[in-house]
Amino acid sequence: MDDSDGRFSSFPIIETERLTRAFGQTVAVNALSISIHAGEVFGFLGHNGAGKTTTVRLLNGVIAPTAGAARVFSLDPTAHGHRIRARTGVLTETPALDPRLTARDTLRYFAEIYGVPKQERRRRVDELLEFFELSSRGDHKVGGFSKGMRQRLALARTLIHDPELIFLDEPTSGLDPVAIRDIHRMIERLKQRGRTIFLCTHNLIEAERLCDRIAVMAKGRLLAIGNIQQLSSRLDRGHRISVEVDAADLPRAMQLFLRTPPVVHAEATSNRLADRNGGAQLVLYGVSRHDVPRIIETAMQDGLQLYRVQPEEPSLEDVYFALQEL
Amino acid sequence: MNWEAIWAIARKDVTVALRTRAVALPLALVPLVLMVGVPVLVGLISGMAARLEIAPADVDVLSRPMPPGFDARYAGLNDAQLGYIYFIVYLFAPMYLILPLMASAVVAADSFAGEKERRTLEALVYSPTTDRELLFAKILGAWIPGALVGLTGFALYVLVGNLMTWYVAQRIVLPNLLWILLAFWVGPAAAALGLGVTVIASSRVNTFQEAYQIGSLIVLPLVLVVVGQAMGAFALSDGLVALFGLALWGVAGGVFALAASTFRRTSLMARL
Repeated sequence: MDDSDGRFSSFPIIETERLTRAFGQTVAVNALSISIHAGEVFGFLGHNGAGKTTTVRLLNGVIAPTAGAARVFSLDPTAHGHRIRARTGVLTETPALDPRLTARDTLRYFAEIYGVPKQERRRRVDELLEFFELSSRGDHKVGGFSKGMRQRLALARTLIHDPELIFLDEPTSGLDPVAIRDIHRMIERLKQRGRTIFLCTHNLIEAERLCDRIAVMAKGRLLAIGNIQQLSSRLDRGHRISVEVDAADLPRAMQLFLRTPPVVHAEATSNRLADRNGGAQLVLYGVSRHDVPRIIETAMQDGLQLYRVQPEEPSLEDVYFALQEL
Repeated sequence: MNWEAIWAIARKDVTVALRTRAVALPLALVPLVLMVGVPVLVGLISGMAARLEIAPADVDVLSRPMPPGFDARYAGLNDAQLGYIYFIVYLFAPMYLILPLMASAVVAADSFAGEKERRTLEALVYSPTTDRELLFAKILGAWIPGALVGLTGFALYVLVGNLMTWYVAQRIVLPNLLWILLAFWVGPAAAALGLGVTVIASSRVNTFQEAYQIGSLIVLPLVLVVVGQAMGAFALSDGLVALFGLALWGVAGGVFALAASTFRRTSLMARL
């Protein structure tokens, strides 16, 4: 599957070839083949049980594949997991922190484990506490932290050694809107600094907003991969045009547009603005912005008055649910 | 070997264990009860008995074969005084090993099963350590407190034991070679064995309490040594203690080898 759009480094930081992991009869990851380039924010989208966390574990060499192969930084995770993990940072889905350590101790501890040079350790810890707005709580035990504070500290821990490749497994799950916004900003900043981010999420808005490319997974299988436009192009019914006509003309407009190729389906939908002005909204499926002139021309020839014509691209949500139904 | 990471993990395990009541309490109380409370209590009873020239019941052990040179060294003492010295120097010796064994087992239970229970092990599994480095760090983090508690208990015991033997028999009896061997050779081996058994137990259970309970079962053979000695089956000598230490190191080595062969982050992670 050609999944690269050429905007990023030609150097693939992650490559998998039919990567598979089974747990007994359950195949958690099934013949996954992807290629991720340096500097990308790569979204890994799927319901719970889609194989997202298992893939992160496989790529970091903390579990072994049952078939297929992976290369991260051109290294085999099974044989060189420790070398890969020295260059990656992983925020797990439910990051646990030792409640008996202070925030500062936690970061200092992981700085030592990840080999942050001694002379840089203090500065790095202070910087991250500052960045994640935890400076005032740096010497407090983690046991008394709120969920949002813990998540921020876990993220700081993930970044303590300034990793080149960052795995974020559901980083905003269960957080309040302010904490979610802060984490999104942090991801954008990391992207600006050229870091590669592997973002596992089932939050479609998050993926649409942050990711350069997205892989959609279901039950361990890769359903589709690409940027939003590439994914949208796979949907016949995803492209649509909404038109506003006079409410009295709605039945006639419906019949007219259903006879107009390439419209495949038309349905009347509620639109507060149109309703208030005595109009009605009709959504035409199977047509894209290129078909707008034809729609207008057809309406004019039939004497139908159009008050508004608006092409709409399919959202990631449309794509996601359409793919899940396939 | 990534020594910096190993020391960081070991140091952190010791630090947080000492901040945990379920770990710190036995580490503080057991040495006090065992190495101070017991000799003082038995010493007070023996002291009174010596002054009244009556023999406490446990002086019956004096009818058993004594270690070589014991009678000559303590000639002129009455039965109560001899009984107390025998208790302090020989009879109690195997009980001392409970200290390093228990201490390393409780820290190991917190370090392995406890981390699993708190789910903090996952972050360590993602660290750039190899399986061997991670296991070694965890072992070191439990062995150091075990050995240190053993040595602290030894120092306490020498102090309290001498005070009490002076009170009972006006003699200074510790440390002799047997106790030096116990403290510096057998004790560290017992600490290694205690944590080795707990490491293996931890891989099969999910909570700190379960791991600690299974790990603590290793104390039972020591009770047999105490009973065996009290019943006259054998008398501890320097050579026997040195051999006992060697055997413990051997068993601990075997247990570690078994742990190392089964400790894989891949299988650990599959269970998390």
